[in-house]
Amino acid sequence: MSVRDLPVNIRARMALPSWRSLIFLWIPAAAVAASILVPVSYLLIRAESGSAGLLSVVFRIENLDVLFNSIVLAMAVAFCSAVIAVPIAWLTVRTNLPFRRLWSILTVLPLVIPSYIGAYLMISTIGPRGLVQGWLEPLGVERLPSIYGFPGALAVLTLLTFPYTLLSIRTSLLGMDPALEDAARILGHSTWRTFWRVTFPQMRPGLAAGSLLVILYTLRDFGAVAIMRYDSFTRVIYVQYQSLIDRSGAAGLALVLVALTLIILWLERRNQRTNQLYSSIAAKRPPEIMRLGRWKWPALVFMGVIVLISLIIPSANLLFWLLRGFNAGETISTYWDETFNSLWVSAIAAIVILVAALPISILAVRRPNRLTTILERVSYLGFALPGVVIALSLVFFGANYAIILYQTLPMLIFAYMVLFLPQAVGAAQAALVQVHPNLEEAGRSLGKAPWTVFLKVTFPIVRPGLFSGIGLVFLTAMKELPTTLILSPIGYKTLATSVWGAVTGAFFAQAAAPALLLIVVSSVPMAILILRRDL
Amino acid sequence: MKKVLVFISLLILVLMVTGCSSATADETVIIYSGRSESLVAPVIELFTASTGIIAEVRYGGTAEMAATLLEEGQNSPADVFWAQDPGGLGAVAAEGMFAQLPAEILNAVPANFRSPEGTWVGVTGRARVVVYNTSMVNPADLPEDIWDFTDPKWDGKIGWAPTNGSFQVMVTAMRNSWGEEKTRDWLTGILANNPVVYENNTGIVAGVEAGEVEVGFVNHYYLYRFLAEEGESFEARNYFLPSGGPGSLVMVAGAGVLESSQNKEAAEAFIGFLLSREAQEYFTTKTFEYPMMAELPLPVELAPLESLNNIQINLADLDDLAGTVTLLQAVGALP
Repeated sequence: MSVRDLPVNIRARMALPSWRSLIFLWIPAAAVAASILVPVSYLLIRAESGSAGLLSVVFRIENLDVLFNSIVLAMAVAFCSAVIAVPIAWLTVRTNLPFRRLWSILTVLPLVIPSYIGAYLMISTIGPRGLVQGWLEPLGVERLPSIYGFPGALAVLTLLTFPYTLLSIRTSLLGMDPALEDAARILGHSTWRTFWRVTFPQMRPGLAAGSLLVILYTLRDFGAVAIMRYDSFTRVIYVQYQSLIDRSGAAGLALVLVALTLIILWLERRNQRTNQLYSSIAAKRPPEIMRLGRWKWPALVFMGVIVLISLIIPSANLLFWLLRGFNAGETISTYWDETFNSLWVSAIAAIVILVAALPISILAVRRPNRLTTILERVSYLGFALPGVVIALSLVFFGANYAIILYQTLPMLIFAYMVLFLPQAVGAAQAALVQVHPNLEEAGRSLGKAPWTVFLKVTFPIVRPGLFSGIGLVFLTAMKELPTTLILSPIGYKTLATSVWGAVTGAFFAQAAAPALLLIVVSSVPMAILILRRDL
Repeated sequence: MKKVLVFISLLILVLMVTGCSSATADETVIIYSGRSESLVAPVIELFTASTGIIAEVRYGGTAEMAATLLEEGQNSPADVFWAQDPGGLGAVAAEGMFAQLPAEILNAVPANFRSPEGTWVGVTGRARVVVYNTSMVNPADLPEDIWDFTDPKWDGKIGWAPTNGSFQVMVTAMRNSWGEEKTRDWLTGILANNPVVYENNTGIVAGVEAGEVEVGFVNHYYLYRFLAEEGESFEARNYFLPSGGPGSLVMVAGAGVLESSQNKEAAEAFIGFLLSREAQEYFTTKTFEYPMMAELPLPVELAPLESLNNIQINLADLDDLAGTVTLLQAVGALP
């Protein structure tokens, strides 16, 4: 939406922010954006303190290759995620697909599987000599074609990240005004044509927001590419950290990632400007449900296959580890504390981060200008940096300048905010663009206070979007590892850290139990959100 | 909305209180552990049981923990750093962040398994070995020395993990005992055999067992974890290279006390306990590592330390990881 689309009275108001918007919007938004710049400023400090060798580490010709690898992978993962997510979103929101609530829950859960676990499970299933090869061995299959490299990395990351796109598109679909489709059909469009001309464009803000998250996630992911042996840029950063001597080299490389992210954000923004965004003006009706008829069966097969390979097979594999361990006499402890800690810190983080995201999102949608665009784009920066980079930057600032907060829960949640803010900002924005300012203006002209207008008018429309933001942050916080290891209060264990602690010592049965718990307990809040139709 | 805001601010308040309540009593030691919790938590419990000192542990990767310590500097809350490999210890020692250890701790450890400056000691030993698939490889056909894997007959059959810290220490040992030239030749020779790259030792052992590759260069103790969970039918075993060159290097996981520690006595008590008979027996029998106490009996699976014949390599000389990484990048083994 551009400024000239807004009613004149709103445009006039934009000239001078009221004290209320200053306190509730501008100051919090600026504070949140500034905190995202903490890790970037750390990287500048570290890189600046580097030796002369820094340049030779950062500007190696080989780095261009791996940077290119990273970009190609990110684009491919975003494309494949969209191909999976668009039909799922449409089928679960807009059709009479049987069990669509259940499908909705199951298809977001892959997001909670840590990528190194997902990759490891995929290799033990369809690796050259994995489980499937074992079944085919009697048929004379000695080894399956290798999935290592690009195909493996693409497959794992797509299966773990398509829920980003899915949740964002769901928001757009849930908030969409069915009147638009009615109009198209009255004008004589077929169902198919209506989908492409009206429904799909409505999904685009969600699709764009989700794809951006997928791209940035892929750029910063280390676990999947490492196990799938795909030389991405994060591996180069990691090699620098492993060698330990020269953190300035790693910082310099991470700054390259920051620069790449800025370019992507700028390109995405330009693309957004050329898109017309849609707002619902009429009172919202629930979305219209399409009857699938005999298309029900292929739709069910499609959903089944996706859930099978993204969730059921990994879970079954974990269960197999667990049972095998039991048989061998492994002792598996209970994980009450870890489960509670995971749920608690992730839920708090989800709520705090959504609240932190609101001022930026509202400003970016309602006061679109250069400054608010910068605020909004900056909020994405932390998401593209490897977790260990964010963690070390907060170690540097925390241990030296905020020792009271260092390695406490508030600090951990702050770290999560730096990492996960864009998930909430993206979801909130995709929801907010669907509220036409006329609606709020009407509320205000009836003499209601801005808060009341927000609660009575805006909130009901944006609710699915806000909850999808909460859901996204919750699921990714559940599996977050590097900052949790480094910044949590000492001795604070989560399910994700337990899985990691066991896997690194090759204790697979002990890793399987918390990994399964991670999936099961995450499904509960997601189920509540989806069953309450909040999401 | 007001209710929501009040609720959230209350939550944050509760968080602040619970988050800051972990006050440090005198008899508490804070450990940064680069070693896996599943392996070492039982020993830490033994320590508390026998001394009454409470141990609070932060687990993480050795490199990440070392980097965390370097960023924390003088404000580090840690008393002890317990690292998986000498590289991590060397990085912290190089910044002068370790305190001098008392003589009785230093003397409990053979001289080549501790820092010559007396800032850290080895706690347990781990040997580099070749893990092989028992149905694809006859151990009699395995070579004397790791050099011999450059033979083209191993084309496509080798698994390795160039990003792994222990592997990099082994390459550093090669540079020390073979020289740069021969080490480079070995790396290019192995690369010419199209080795399969794994992320870590665990991945190699699993890959060898699955038959993705026939042999892999790993640390010795991962195999025993697999055997414990999957039983004797697990199709992989360790091969200790008889030549005793850098291919069978014995490295240590070790520990040091931070100079900034306010609690050095408890920290030294902890490292002292790790070198006690009780702890050393645990490591030998439960994690299948080499004890620092020469008189402890070894489990049958482990080749005696003397037969690995690496005693002339001083671990403290192996801290040039940066040089190794540069070499690995130059030959194309690392991105």
